[in-house]
Amino acid sequence: MSQPAADLSPAVSDEVRRTTCYMCACRCGINVHLKSGKVSYIEGNRDHPVNRGVLCAKGASGIMQVTAPSRLRAPLRRVGPRGSGAFEEISWDEALETAVSWMKPLRETAPEKLAFFTGRDQSQSLTGWWAQAFGTPNYAAHGGFCSVNMAAGGIYTIGGAFWEFGQPDWEHTKLFVMFGVAEDHDSNPIKIGIGKLKARGARVVGVNPIRTGYNAVADDWYGITPGTDGLLILSLIHCLFEAGKIDLDYLAQWTNAPLLVNATEGPEKGLILKNAESQPFVIDRRTGAPAPWDGKGVEPDLGATWQGHRTVFQHMAERYLSPDYAPEAVAGRCGIPAARIRGLAAELAHAAFVQAFTLPQPWTDFRGNRHEGMTGRPVSFHAMRGISAHSNGFQTARALHLLQIVLGAVEVPGGYRLKPPYPKPVEAHPTPHFVTVPGKPLSGPHLGYVRGPEQLALKEDGSPARIDKAFTWENPFSAHGLMHMLIPNAHAGDPYRIDTLFLYMANMAWNSSMNTAKVMEMLTDKGPDGEYIIPRIIYSDAYASEMVAYADLILPDTTYLERHDCISLLDRPISEPDAAGDSIRWPVVEPDRDVRGFQSVLLDLGARLGLAPMVREDGAPKFRDYADYIVNHIRRPGVGPLIGWRGEDGTAEGRGPANPDQLQRYIDNGGFYQAHVPEEARYMKPWNAAYQDWAVATSFYETPQPYLFSVWSEPMRRFQLAAEGHGPVQPPDHLRARLMQAMDPLPLWYPPFGDAAAEGYPVHALTQRPMDMYHSWGSQNAWLRQIRGTNFLYLPTKIWQAQGFEEGDYARVSSPNGEIVVPVAHMAALNENTVWTWNAIGKRKGAWALADDAPEATTGFLLNHLIPELLPGQEGGARLSNSDPVTGQAAWFDLRVRIERVGPRDHAEPAFAPVPHVVPTGKDRA
Amino acid sequence: MTMLPGPTPKKLGLAIDLDTCVGCNACVTACKGWNDQGYGAALSDQKPYGAEPSGTFLNRVHSYEVQPADAPAQIVNFPRSCLHCEDAPCVTVCPTGASYKRAEDGIVLVNEDTCIGCGLCAWACPYGARELDQAAGVMKKCTLCVDRIYNDNLPEEDRQPACVRTCPTGARHFGDFADPESTVSRLSAARGGMALMPDLGTRPVNRYLPPRPKAPAEASPLAPLLDIRATGLAGWLDRLLGSR
Repeated sequence: MSQPAADLSPAVSDEVRRTTCYMCACRCGINVHLKSGKVSYIEGNRDHPVNRGVLCAKGASGIMQVTAPSRLRAPLRRVGPRGSGAFEEISWDEALETAVSWMKPLRETAPEKLAFFTGRDQSQSLTGWWAQAFGTPNYAAHGGFCSVNMAAGGIYTIGGAFWEFGQPDWEHTKLFVMFGVAEDHDSNPIKIGIGKLKARGARVVGVNPIRTGYNAVADDWYGITPGTDGLLILSLIHCLFEAGKIDLDYLAQWTNAPLLVNATEGPEKGLILKNAESQPFVIDRRTGAPAPWDGKGVEPDLGATWQGHRTVFQHMAERYLSPDYAPEAVAGRCGIPAARIRGLAAELAHAAFVQAFTLPQPWTDFRGNRHEGMTGRPVSFHAMRGISAHSNGFQTARALHLLQIVLGAVEVPGGYRLKPPYPKPVEAHPTPHFVTVPGKPLSGPHLGYVRGPEQLALKEDGSPARIDKAFTWENPFSAHGLMHMLIPNAHAGDPYRIDTLFLYMANMAWNSSMNTAKVMEMLTDKGPDGEYIIPRIIYSDAYASEMVAYADLILPDTTYLERHDCISLLDRPISEPDAAGDSIRWPVVEPDRDVRGFQSVLLDLGARLGLAPMVREDGAPKFRDYADYIVNHIRRPGVGPLIGWRGEDGTAEGRGPANPDQLQRYIDNGGFYQAHVPEEARYMKPWNAAYQDWAVATSFYETPQPYLFSVWSEPMRRFQLAAEGHGPVQPPDHLRARLMQAMDPLPLWYPPFGDAAAEGYPVHALTQRPMDMYHSWGSQNAWLRQIRGTNFLYLPTKIWQAQGFEEGDYARVSSPNGEIVVPVAHMAALNENTVWTWNAIGKRKGAWALADDAPEATTGFLLNHLIPELLPGQEGGARLSNSDPVTGQAAWFDLRVRIERVGPRDHAEPAFAPVPHVVPTGKDRA
Repeated sequence: MTMLPGPTPKKLGLAIDLDTCVGCNACVTACKGWNDQGYGAALSDQKPYGAEPSGTFLNRVHSYEVQPADAPAQIVNFPRSCLHCEDAPCVTVCPTGASYKRAEDGIVLVNEDTCIGCGLCAWACPYGARELDQAAGVMKKCTLCVDRIYNDNLPEEDRQPACVRTCPTGARHFGDFADPESTVSRLSAARGGMALMPDLGTRPVNRYLPPRPKAPAEASPLAPLLDIRATGLAGWLDRLLGSR
């Protein structure tokens, strides 16, 4: 029988260009295939350290993003009322001169009146540096409404954190426990890791109210009540303490558990006791006498009491052995039976101690002690926004790190491993800089890690220096700023009014704001003088998002395949535990529109404004464009944005002069560079002399920075002392009690603030980001929106049955802040008091080049309307944000609602008037 | 009526691990991307920015909820594509011979030159694995990336279906089920690989590896060191640290 001949060996493409994905924040390597100069196919780069060849649904759909009809086409100036969509196209020269004419007078008189916030920026080391040169204190990216609790909770405890700061030891771990991990962060690496564990039969446990995605494949699932993760974790610690299943050697050697807590009444109480040389010390078990904390051969006594001062370990035991944390005491609030909590504790202990092993890798610690091997504890954790987007999220993140620490499972084989430039103690980070002087740059970087009240960003009169009130008594450790409070504060003139809002890549008129409907009003609100309360808005984006309609001046960005970018060790690199890594993007295709990469535009603006680091002595621009900056910018002597192929001959790693061929070397290598950690330095990094020396050589620190994990957080205790009345910098009285609770130096749990106003709203409401969508970006993608073009509010069986819901029904969902009417669906694999939906599927009519009757704009919805940006009912009209009191992280997941069946409907409410089409509605696929 | 080739020396197909599939849809768009520019006509999309966008996909992921009697509900993610059946009813039903099963490796393909778009094969396929492309008017289906797996222009390691190459969790495996020593055969044997709806007699080649049982750990509860209420913190510390 004959069969047709198929062409089994067609030519694949004319050319493959290797760059970095930007369909989400994961930064995978991609092979972009081109035919006749056009993108024909995108696949993962097998050599790339992040994704090892695999690619997610978003990444493979990038070909639809680079041709999306939502792409902005040219600079635009508003010519009608704000929000009316009346724009005219202008030239780049005109656009840039307009921006300069607004910004330059501000710089010369009141630099703080420019607020520059950059959303999902992957170039923060550039944008922050630019804002510093401009001299405004008002700069941050989107971390405040994303996951700063996760970052800061980790940095203040272990000098690193979950997500891109580290990862489980996928090769050795035998038990992997995820807390609050939705389906994206850290997209492909987590999936690759779970696949590895599954392939070798390791056990995966999910703790999450919702059993989708990673939780769906977990071998066991704890459907916890939202906001109680911290309580569960501390109960696990209780069980481990009760049974003595804690790693005493680890605690004694590598944490501040053996340090003494000052018991003397007064301004030092609760701080770590210091000797005459201002050094902390331990009691040596061999002598019973004080000994240096970093002394060779010292055996710290965890149980010591010295002159009435007790060890941190004693304080830990006292707190966590309390019956308040017994499983039976927390089970009801967590929604987890006590026996299940005890079961999980036993499972953790079994993995850490019964399955312990020794890696035969000799190493030397910073004290000079030589070790013949490394103790492996094959239990690891990962956590993300599910635990951090609560008003108790910082303490919960710290509690989870404490759990890892008592199991001896951080930076050991089988446990959680940090990625260079982490580990890095708080002391190695900058403090916030915020003092403005007209016409001058800021004296240092905006964002940093506060050690005590004297570093808060307060003016001399005690009022906030920053528009978002970051680094104030309301949220002292707000290391990523509070972008979600920018527009509400600017509108309220609290703490002051601004002139120009300069935003990049942040959809603040839609899914990135709390209380979205109100924020849209704030953007168009006028004062008694008839002028906009926020006078000027400049926005840069590549696509016609909801925010574009509210701008006065639009600087159209390129897509990710048309630009240079730099994924830098100065910012958020692509390191692995065994290698520091950075990468680039480069224009694999040329834009077919009058658009420019925002980073090049920023450098151009800086030069036009005459900002010193961006101009030559003769006043000419110092950098041709971003590519030029990436190669030639020198941050510190020998240190630039990229660590690879430095030096004139391209042989230097980490430190060295600029290399004019550097970008080509990156391109030739697939767009990335890796500096490999020496074998002896792979684990125990914070204490491993070989690692510390390598980190200095590779430019992460100037000197070795060994440190002890902060079980007891001294910076936090300093804020409690202030709240108790000690010290010259004092909080306002209405925040003292809140600070006493939130700044407890030992991890604790308190109910989410949302609970206080939640009487009558018994149900928790959450969002999750799907694995196939990134924020609002996916809906403009012809393929991805076919996968997920609608969203439902998923109701648990208890609610579904109690109200007699049927397929096709809608529900009215009310919170103390408002109500929405939305389509619902039943889901049984869900905490019985929790409802949820996919994040940012709902779109406003007219945006993203979608048809007005697109499901995203008719039945799609956001929960944001239900979430207040301010905590209700504050004394004296105080405007406290709906955020974590330590870091200012937006407390999205504190939301409590009431559900009522309304029967079938054909559209969701509220239904806003369409935003005018800034680009034509998409028709056919390109 | 089109003839099947009889037993094929190779039985190429996929083993899909439902214990590992997180439902991320990576395989769906990787497949769309490759086959949009690969074998035969492009995979068109209709009204892609409109109210009811629809397009041709050769592989789709469905999520099902399972409610065991004595355990919490579970979600099972289930990728669905052509199973390359040994007794493929989509082939025998084809009136033009366009639908055929390759004699050498068992891959079921559509010869688009002779496909008249009548849709009989989609009707005959009990798995819903075929989609009529609305623009090209021809039947589209999984080709097992026949233009990748033998493609001399690709590096050896890339000669596998696009869905397998891209799968982030490694839940998809490609190989020869006629070879008992192949990875897919061994995986299927070890994990109880299942054919879909075997009672229909289509003899699918692809296998689904079922989810492993989910259960609490079997670790014994931790025994307290001592009665802390009786001895107090000091007693606990003595007991814990005294033996060190």
